[in-house]
Amino acid sequence: MGNSRVAYFLQQLINGLTLGSIYGLIAIGYTMVYGIIGMINFAHGEIYMIGAFLSVITFLVLGTVGIDSVPFALLVMLVVGMVFTAAYGWTVERIAYRPLRGSFRLAPLISAIGMSIALQNYVQITQGARVKPLQPIISGGFTLYTGPDGFTVQLSFLQLFIWVLTIALMVAFTYVITQTSMGRQQRACEQDRKMAGLIGVNVDRTISLTFVLGAVLAAVAGLMVTLQYGVIDFYIGFLAGMKAFTAAVLGGIGSLPGAMLGGLLIGLIEAFWSAYFTIEYKDVATFGILVLVLIFRPTGLLGKPEIEKV
Amino acid sequence: MATDIASPSASAAAKRPGSYDLPGALKESAITAGVAAVLAFPFLGLQANNDGPELVLLTRWELFFWAVAVVFVGRMLLTVFRWRSDARAKSAEGLKAFGAKFQRYNVWIGLAGAIFAFTLPMWPFADRYVVDIATTFLIYVMLGWGLNIVVGLAGLLDLGYVAFYAVGAYSYALLATMFDWSFWICLPLAGLFAATFGVILGFPVLRLRGDYLAIVTLGFGEIIRVVLINWYDVTNGPDGIGSIPRPTFFGYAFDRSPEEGTMAFHQLLGIDFDSMHRIIFLYFLILILALITNAFTLRVRKLPIGRGWEALREDEIACRSLGMNPTNTKLSAFAIGAMFGGFAGSFFATRQGFISPESFTFIESAIILAIVVLGGMGSQLGVVIAAFVLVIVPEWLREFAEYRMLLFGLAMVLIMVWRPRGLLSHRDPTVRLHPPGYVPRHGVEAQKVQAQEAELAAKAK
Repeated sequence: MGNSRVAYFLQQLINGLTLGSIYGLIAIGYTMVYGIIGMINFAHGEIYMIGAFLSVITFLVLGTVGIDSVPFALLVMLVVGMVFTAAYGWTVERIAYRPLRGSFRLAPLISAIGMSIALQNYVQITQGARVKPLQPIISGGFTLYTGPDGFTVQLSFLQLFIWVLTIALMVAFTYVITQTSMGRQQRACEQDRKMAGLIGVNVDRTISLTFVLGAVLAAVAGLMVTLQYGVIDFYIGFLAGMKAFTAAVLGGIGSLPGAMLGGLLIGLIEAFWSAYFTIEYKDVATFGILVLVLIFRPTGLLGKPEIEKV
Repeated sequence: MATDIASPSASAAAKRPGSYDLPGALKESAITAGVAAVLAFPFLGLQANNDGPELVLLTRWELFFWAVAVVFVGRMLLTVFRWRSDARAKSAEGLKAFGAKFQRYNVWIGLAGAIFAFTLPMWPFADRYVVDIATTFLIYVMLGWGLNIVVGLAGLLDLGYVAFYAVGAYSYALLATMFDWSFWICLPLAGLFAATFGVILGFPVLRLRGDYLAIVTLGFGEIIRVVLINWYDVTNGPDGIGSIPRPTFFGYAFDRSPEEGTMAFHQLLGIDFDSMHRIIFLYFLILILALITNAFTLRVRKLPIGRGWEALREDEIACRSLGMNPTNTKLSAFAIGAMFGGFAGSFFATRQGFISPESFTFIESAIILAIVVLGGMGSQLGVVIAAFVLVIVPEWLREFAEYRMLLFGLAMVLIMVWRPRGLLSHRDPTVRLHPPGYVPRHGVEAQKVQAQEAELAAKAK
């Protein structure tokens, strides 16, 4: 009996980490944009939804062309999703946020909400409102443990794929931010946009790039969610976006490792809450945590306290 | 490519004094069309179509090419427009002047609007449909005015206003169906419940910075909805609550055949029964509720608490230095805004006779917020105009129902880009150090004025 409890716990841990990876990747987009221009990119959840749709469409295209090698198909889906989603991320910034830079505080946020509604309905109209199913591309997995009562702990190849991909992306992303000149410009703008502009950093381009990077990670998250759950619709961006934002706040907004950590924690909380309490109230639990974090530790787990200057 | 698109205004400024730069415009439009092609290709060109349990890929090249062509032509037209006049600056200037003029005749326009609103059911064109739409419109106006207290006056961004609307509606529905209390008892109670929720939510989060508040209120709106869907015993879940009692005219129902021992409205007046009576009564009810909200806001802005809200919106640090308690001040704005949301909610419940969680989605919050912000934050007339644009105009566009929300979202973006402070953003300061037409009589300023006058006189000579 005790064993099967441990097994159940382990299974939820695996599920939670998978879900958390997806949230974490979306959360990075929020945290980066917040860090650099101090606004909540409300449309980021929709960018992730677009990434998910792109992976479905690419898969269908590959099917018509007649490619059935799974690794190649995954690679193509990944790259195509990244490229097109990045284009969307760039355009959203260009249309809805750049003209409002330096405008009053609420304007970009309202514009972002408008963009989010527009993108959601754009996808609904062009792709139809019905749920899009996709058959599993990666099947099978390891059975880590079989309990006496037949309960098994499974780690599917897909989950493994998601973990490996997340880790690889994190490594690549950390390299870009800490080691390359692009990353240095990005961090410079985050610290002080005006000063960075004065010493020759192209601020507009850096901000665009931030949106593109965020969109690329969201595209990967979209691919992952399509593979993992097999159904998507035009509405998935709203809730996922909100949870990812919660993750970014939990980890400390502006902090990149914080966003990933927050994402993993939110994923774990959601998995365990669904497993041990009521699945209906899992979203309530997530927001409850957001409120608690904001009350007791407004800077998040890894964030730095903000100094208010007059 | 990015830099070229990035600075259209700069390049426009450079070439304005010459002739129309055709190659430049063509290049610009081609780039825009190229970006549009990349964006449209997977979504307009291709479609993952549901075919039973399977997905099949459809192609729609015609639609795709048309979309790209429209973008190209649109961008060309934009360059021509920019070349013809510095349109952007001009229209903004014009609107600003218009806003200022509007501000001056504010009272008269408001009065004319109110008279029109009160006489609306008597106009010949006012059939059932018109009065019904006007009632819906007034619900949004009232919600807009209620949220305006929170967003416009106190500067707190509330993305979950619909939660209070829902609390009001469900309070009324539950009280009226369970205890058989009349509308006039339930209405204040619904407002009270909504205000209580506002305080409960606001107390922990109002100490936080604005953006966090936005996201927490958004989460709260979702939580309320999730609870309404899942708390089956009380809220009846997704099925909603039906047969909510209709309001009565101080005890006289709007029924053809009233219950034994009571009198109906038409019997009271001794007129024939007409189903329009109830609709017109509901219309006047919401009109009066909305006007009460408006009167409250106008009055409270002149009281210390209202002044406190506006001061807090402008500069929180200064307010704290002056010894104001920001949390309590914000909390009062939050609670009062919530209360009016609750009133509107209970009216909504009694009008519909049926409510379900479907009516309280995020999109409602977004519409109400859009009404406040597009109208010009803090402007009462702006709310009315924006509600007209966002509620009545989509009603006319019923045929385009599919594209309604898409256009709505795009309109929000475009209006923000065009007028970040809203349509009627011009606003006189609430308090002036010197009233208009003030001439300093003594002190340093008076000396300055005298010196200026002397200079002018010398020049004239």
